[in-house]
Amino acid sequence: MKALLTGNEAIARGAYEYGISVAAAYPGTPSTEILENISKYPEIYSQWSPNEKVAMEVGVGASIAGARTLVAMKHVGVNVAADPLFTAAYSGVRGGLILVSADDPGMHSSQNEQDNRHYAPFAKIPMLEPSDSQEAKDMVKLALEISETFDTPVLLRITTRIAHSQSLVELGEPMEREIKPYTKDAKKFVMIPAHARTRRVFLEERDAQLATFSEQSAANFVEMRQQSFGIITSGVSYQYVKEAFPQASVLRLGITHPIPKQKIMDFANEVDTLFVVEELEPYLENQIKALGIKVVGKDLLPPYGELSVSLLQKNLGAYLNVANPSVAVTTEQSNIMQEVQQPFTAPVRPPVMCPGCPHRGVFYVIKQLKLVVSGDIGCYTLGTMPPLEAMDTCICMGASISAAVGMEKANPELAGKLVAVIGDSTFMHSGVTGLMDVVYNKTAATIIILDNSITAMTGHQYHPGTGKTLMNEDSPTVDFAALAKSLGVRRVAEVDAFDLETVKKVIQEEVAAPEPSVIIARQPCALMLKGQTEAVVCEDCKACRVCLRIGCPALSFDEEGKTVVVNKPLCTGCNVCIQICKFGALRKGGA
Amino acid sequence: MSGVLNILFVGVGGQGAILASKILSHVALSKGWDVKLSEIHGMAQRGGSVVTQVRMGEIVFSPTIEAGDVHILVAFEKLEAYRWAHMLKKDGKAIVNDQRIEPLPVLIGAAKYPDSILDDLNSSIQNVTVIPALDLATEAGNAKATNVVLMGILAAHMDIPLERWQEALEAKVPAKLLEVNKKAFMAGYNFAVK
Ligand code: SF4
Ligand code: SF4
Repeated sequence: MKALLTGNEAIARGAYEYGISVAAAYPGTPSTEILENISKYPEIYSQWSPNEKVAMEVGVGASIAGARTLVAMKHVGVNVAADPLFTAAYSGVRGGLILVSADDPGMHSSQNEQDNRHYAPFAKIPMLEPSDSQEAKDMVKLALEISETFDTPVLLRITTRIAHSQSLVELGEPMEREIKPYTKDAKKFVMIPAHARTRRVFLEERDAQLATFSEQSAANFVEMRQQSFGIITSGVSYQYVKEAFPQASVLRLGITHPIPKQKIMDFANEVDTLFVVEELEPYLENQIKALGIKVVGKDLLPPYGELSVSLLQKNLGAYLNVANPSVAVTTEQSNIMQEVQQPFTAPVRPPVMCPGCPHRGVFYVIKQLKLVVSGDIGCYTLGTMPPLEAMDTCICMGASISAAVGMEKANPELAGKLVAVIGDSTFMHSGVTGLMDVVYNKTAATIIILDNSITAMTGHQYHPGTGKTLMNEDSPTVDFAALAKSLGVRRVAEVDAFDLETVKKVIQEEVAAPEPSVIIARQPCALMLKGQTEAVVCEDCKACRVCLRIGCPALSFDEEGKTVVVNKPLCTGCNVCIQICKFGALRKGGA
Repeated sequence: MSGVLNILFVGVGGQGAILASKILSHVALSKGWDVKLSEIHGMAQRGGSVVTQVRMGEIVFSPTIEAGDVHILVAFEKLEAYRWAHMLKKDGKAIVNDQRIEPLPVLIGAAKYPDSILDDLNSSIQNVTVIPALDLATEAGNAKATNVVLMGILAAHMDIPLERWQEALEAKVPAKLLEVNKKAFMAGYNFAVK
């Protein structure tokens, strides 16, 4: 039977069909749905970890214990997990171990655009790159076989267009799930220097064996067509190539570390002009050039953003027309090569914090108090946008707290006007360690934990503070206040995020206090509200527009009637705007 | 490109463009076609602009559609039709829901919602159908079925038997909402063929 699946769903299906028993991740777009879908198979133990490093360590442990294991994360998550990854490359595996890295060319929802293919040669582990959902599933099998045959973790690298595009997948029956018997093997799994040195040599031998495997693997295949020009490509770029140049010969690499050098040289000898088509860095290009082969790649294609059919036709086509007029592109193609002009100018529609979002009021207060805000990654990062503009920095998960330490150490004057804001899930991810630093190094930082009781940005995943697991079991809940106290924070305050007066009073007090403080501002994410409370109403509006400064999408101004209007279906009745209107024009519905 | 039909859904987070694209893909599959569907989400629920792309035909390679290569543009909101009009082929069709959802910059007075959207679209695109989909859905019994009203209109523009669409609704819509969605679908369909 065939089903239409996203790459993420296909990887989850592969985990089910090919005997994976343990899976761990921290949610991050575009990788989140891999674990969400794995959790639908009760045969697999699956979990959210508080961060990617922990997830990777859980995976390594499960593999040592004999289970086929999968760990998933977005590209920046691999930076967090890099520490255990690089040593796991030494120790190798017992049960097959897959690390999925979901990269985000074009930064649809990421803070940077790194090309994680570089992790493969860096960590000296093999890498697979599927070109559609079917291959995403098939490559789970291939990755497990490689992992167990060559005793190595395997990097399965996808991009947003693979993760979130749906294409047809043939579904199969699940194989038997087995756990390999456990035996102690300290020389392999205890990486003290004496043991690691032996494994270091093994790494080189393994890489050489993998190179031979890559030469023979059907995952690297040639489609011979016109000899005048050939293209080497991988991942989703293969699809763009097939559509843009149906007449071209193609070498599609499914194993992109180690690359099949002989296959590449043979292919290069067969064609007159050779291109490398790859998104982001000249990863393949540089390796191919190092073989002494003449190829054209990043001279014609940008090292950032996503590729597309028209971009290939335009840039490669133009080059071909000059370099090799005999293979000039067809007229149909040249139509598409023309730039399409955008005829109208529409105001932008940026994502915004939802109506009733508990972060809104807190940010409004912070803005009123003119505080410097060391921010973090989550829905609340949207507070950067007008009208709240309540964020000075945002670097990576967990950096709000540690950066605040740095800012304060560098410029002690900031201490009296600086807050770090961090969400509950992000605090679990890597805020805790920053908070230890705050206390230990005696700063007067004020940390506001915006606790909406969920990982909201990625679509509502549980974490150690929510009392539920991915597999939907009840579990103990981390008490943020008790945790902060146990780390040595003496000033801990808990406030209702919708009670603006108290929020303001507490923030003022804590920012002024000459020691570390933690404020926990609590209200659930607006998208979790089931029974809506009644919408507010606006009567006798004085048209001062002050309430519009909170940027609630449920409020707008009617120019003709000179009044603020509440969009009833959108309003959750959070009351934040009521507290801001000085004239009492906004009221509880029915009151 | 030759043999591939490109359909673009554009709208605002929460309007149901993703469900609509799933219904359409189901229809295409029942015809035995290859289908690719691409969506970029992550912040979709937070009121941002949402785009999903459906490509169907004998064999489909790229999951994404090129600018100027869309056969049918289905806009769930008229400002989004405006924003994405350049994606249409010269002889492409636009189905536009005459609903106005103001983006935040407009709500706070930092930008203006253009008044001339429908006139501009009509004068620059040969084949535009404007539809009060929200009203039709409300009449059918559920304002949330606006997306399915638009699917009814789309069905009227495609050469696929109605039963196929009905089957797709049955497969993709939860049972307790099925009746109201079928009504909404027919409301759209009848609006287009009358
Ligand atoms: S999803 Fe939740 S946390 Fe995120 S903006 Fe909406 S209400 Fe706020
Ligand atoms: S009560 Fe006010 S701030 Fe809260 S959702 Fe309704 S309109 Fe927005």
